[in-house]
Amino acid sequence: MIGVYLIGAVLISLALFINRNKKLNYLLVTAFVILQWALTIFEYTHEDITQLVYFTADAFAIIFLVTLSIICVAAFWYSYIFFAKEVDIPRQRSIYYASMVLLLMALSAAYLSNNIAITWIFVEITTLSSSALIYHRRNVRTLEGTWKYVFVCSISITFVFIGILFLTVAVQQAGIEDLNYKILLSNAGSFNVFWLKLAFLFIFTGFTSKAGLVPMYTAGIDAKDKAPSPAGALFGSVLMNVGFLGIFRFYEIISHTSILPWANKILIISGVLSIFVATVYILKVKNFKRLFAYSSVEHMGLIILGLASGGVGYYAAILHVVLHSFAKSTMFFQVGQVYRIYKSKSIYDAGNYFKYNTAGAMVLLLGFFIVTAMPPSGMFVSEFLIFRSLFESNHLWLLAIVLLLLTMIIWSFGKNIFKMLFIKPVGFNEETIEKINPMESLSQYIFLALVIYLGLNPPIQFVNLINNAIQHLPK
Amino acid sequence: MINILLIAFIMSLVHMGLSKRLNTYIGVLAFQGVLLFGVSFIELIEINVVNLLFVLLETIVFKTIAIPYVLNYVIKKNKITREADPFLPDFLSVVIITTIIIGSFLLSNTIEDPHIRKIFFVTALSALFTGLYFIISRKKIITHVMGFIIIENGVFVLSLAVGTEMPMLVNIGILLDIFASVLILGVFVNKIGDVLKEQDVDQLRNLKD
Repeated sequence: MIGVYLIGAVLISLALFINRNKKLNYLLVTAFVILQWALTIFEYTHEDITQLVYFTADAFAIIFLVTLSIICVAAFWYSYIFFAKEVDIPRQRSIYYASMVLLLMALSAAYLSNNIAITWIFVEITTLSSSALIYHRRNVRTLEGTWKYVFVCSISITFVFIGILFLTVAVQQAGIEDLNYKILLSNAGSFNVFWLKLAFLFIFTGFTSKAGLVPMYTAGIDAKDKAPSPAGALFGSVLMNVGFLGIFRFYEIISHTSILPWANKILIISGVLSIFVATVYILKVKNFKRLFAYSSVEHMGLIILGLASGGVGYYAAILHVVLHSFAKSTMFFQVGQVYRIYKSKSIYDAGNYFKYNTAGAMVLLLGFFIVTAMPPSGMFVSEFLIFRSLFESNHLWLLAIVLLLLTMIIWSFGKNIFKMLFIKPVGFNEETIEKINPMESLSQYIFLALVIYLGLNPPIQFVNLINNAIQHLPK
Repeated sequence: MINILLIAFIMSLVHMGLSKRLNTYIGVLAFQGVLLFGVSFIELIEINVVNLLFVLLETIVFKTIAIPYVLNYVIKKNKITREADPFLPDFLSVVIITTIIIGSFLLSNTIEDPHIRKIFFVTALSALFTGLYFIISRKKIITHVMGFIIIENGVFVLSLAVGTEMPMLVNIGILLDIFASVLILGVFVNKIGDVLKEQDVDQLRNLKD
């Protein structure tokens, strides 16, 4: 199935690239969505079966794959609206859809791969396809965003490769010739610690550019800001997940060795710094797309803290990743609507949103509660569990600092969102604005409801998947 | 023989810190391609022919001919001035690069491992950090690309150091090389020159908070 999927997706992407006919484009996109769902359902029913040597659908991959498949439907739907409302140049449209299909294919393959080298190759492909998406508008600003993204991601992907090289040194000494995660996991105890440490440093640093953590978070911010909002939604959710996946897979191996406490320290430093940096910028930015992008950095920091503190934190981290994907993609989809009304991304230009688009304003208001993890948001549950795991692992000072920073984030977030919702904008011409159909916000409501549902009352299959995903980590 | 080539490689790094003109940089990069050709030829002659051909093709055709040619083309097409515009004086540059080399030497000496040859390790680390230093300390975008190519050369040496028993990895490394360089240079050649008049990083400083 994975073979059919890969070939099919590449063919569809090529066809989209060559073909500029509008109807045919959307037909091909629909075909891809069907293919994506066929793969998802197939992998869901065939857990832990290896295909084509390099692909295994373990529980962790399945969670991410299902998340991706749900979000991609909405992303294509909003892309359709995006092209219906903005200037629709056939060449740009076909390149946009071709690279989006390629991005989703590379992400799915990276989730499913069971070999660190294969993951690496597909992560590299995500850089290529997302740079085409960032450059969609073809002006100086997007060029700058693309250039920074490509440059930083290329350097980080080189870092990951260096890490893999160090890993092979350790692996060869243990007499293994394969970089399969399972084999690495079962032999983790016999690896030379020195090389493993070096490998961890490089691989972690490399993947932070995708995951949006300190030190390489910068590229992702510009990318989310400059890309069209449906693509930004993918960058803010499923693309960050692939970075987390890279870190998590290697962390699993590390967790069976004696350097686990050391690795935890690195993760904690990176996590706290990420939250700190996010706070500083959230207090300052006046561009709501960048506001949400920095909020993603904050959430990733929390997730990494959950992973590092262990215990119930493992479960909470994975839950938080999934919930964050739905919540953040919703916010980016909504940003698309806000932009259509105000023609600006600055908070100064926006205001009184309830008057112009009530359905969308409700999404922003609910989204604010959900993203800042206030009850009944599902993220409240996962954040609460992360705090508990920090408490249980005796990181009291850390917890205090993080809570303080989060309070500041909530304050600033609330200030900006409520300004957009209720306070009248200055010098805004009401007559020219377009009316937005409330039905366009439907999928955003569904996603927000999903965040609440999955967090407060997770279905048993979901809980089992998460528990299976973290079964290799120490109890 | 390998030692001589690798030492020449390290010296070329110092030379890069010393020189002021973009043309010299391009020349040194081409020279590094030749050196890497020599090293990989001696290293990989025992493994199978296809792999060897692949590696040689990459070092000679790609690193020695194609990349310098494209860089030259970019400079001519966009009328970039020939000065490198470093933020720091040359003397300091040389001191810093020398410190990097000594540092990687000391670091490598702490490793007690029969599997890895230290000279490769020293060369790779020096190239890696010198490349990073180049990116930080130079003003023009094109020198950033050159810094990235130096990093790639370092990674190439590193993959030779550990990859002789795992040729698959050497190939993947080459894949990365070609892929990333084409990507970066592609963006660079096609777009930046068309949109911006001056090739200065200062022009790409609008996205910030």
